[in-house]
Amino acid sequence: MIPVLFLMTIGLILGYVFRNKTQFILCSSKITTLIIYMLLFLLGIGVGLNKTIISNMMNIGIQAFLITFGAVLGSLIFAYITYKLFFINKNEK
Amino acid sequence: MKNSIIILLMFIVGVVLGMYKFLPNFLIENDFSKYSLYALMFFVGIGIGADSNAFSVIRKTKIKIILVPLCVILGSLVGAAITSFFIFEINMTEAMAVAAGFGYYSLSSIFITEISGETLGVIALLSNVLREIITLLATPFFVKHFGKLGGIVSGGATSMDTCLPIISESTGKEWAIIAVFSGVLLTIIVPFLVPFILTFI
Repeated sequence: MIPVLFLMTIGLILGYVFRNKTQFILCSSKITTLIIYMLLFLLGIGVGLNKTIISNMMNIGIQAFLITFGAVLGSLIFAYITYKLFFINKNEK
Repeated sequence: MKNSIIILLMFIVGVVLGMYKFLPNFLIENDFSKYSLYALMFFVGIGIGADSNAFSVIRKTKIKIILVPLCVILGSLVGAAITSFFIFEINMTEAMAVAAGFGYYSLSSIFITEISGETLGVIALLSNVLREIITLLATPFFVKHFGKLGGIVSGGATSMDTCLPIISESTGKEWAIIAVFSGVLLTIIVPFLVPFILTFI
């Protein structure tokens, strides 16, 4: 994963340096979208070819739902405490 | 919104084509995903670096607003870690990595596929799409029972774009800036945090 972080950092610097070159930035955001489409398409192909995943789809869906449920509920509980402690006085009174 | 639908369609078309092996051979035999991921990260970097929003939002806001994305990070990771005890097929690290997508399903599922394989990648895709859908549907409920930050933390990284309208509507316009701040910060963190969790924890 090191090359990924390295490439991203180079991108960050280039993006910051060329932030006023609208044409360049627009173009790179279009390329980003296209690569995401392609990678998700490739992931789809990989999944379609993978019989284990296809036959376990229901099970995989349940696992995904449970993780989302835990993550969202955890975030909500932390947010509730933070809201009561730090936000409520200023914005409610 | 339009983008999300196209992304999901691409995935579904890929699944169907894969299932019926309706593909040219070079697509099945070669693995382009690694190099595409490298290219993707480079361009995502450019996008973040050029985004004046990313920096100005951070400069303008008060310290305590940092607490909002922090709630999302801690809450999601702790929540997923606890949930992982109830799922036999998944260990704690994997559950935390999936939750660390914070709703940013395209990038997180691509990363997780590359590091941990397709099964966990699909779980990440479904889980993070679900996070967005749940936020779109349940934000009014969350705001009512968990305070004004409810919708913002539930949306995670999507609070800055797809979920912003519903958050702004049920929480109030003055909270929209916090939603954008939290969403931007989480979006930037996802590509660092997901590989970090899978590699080091």
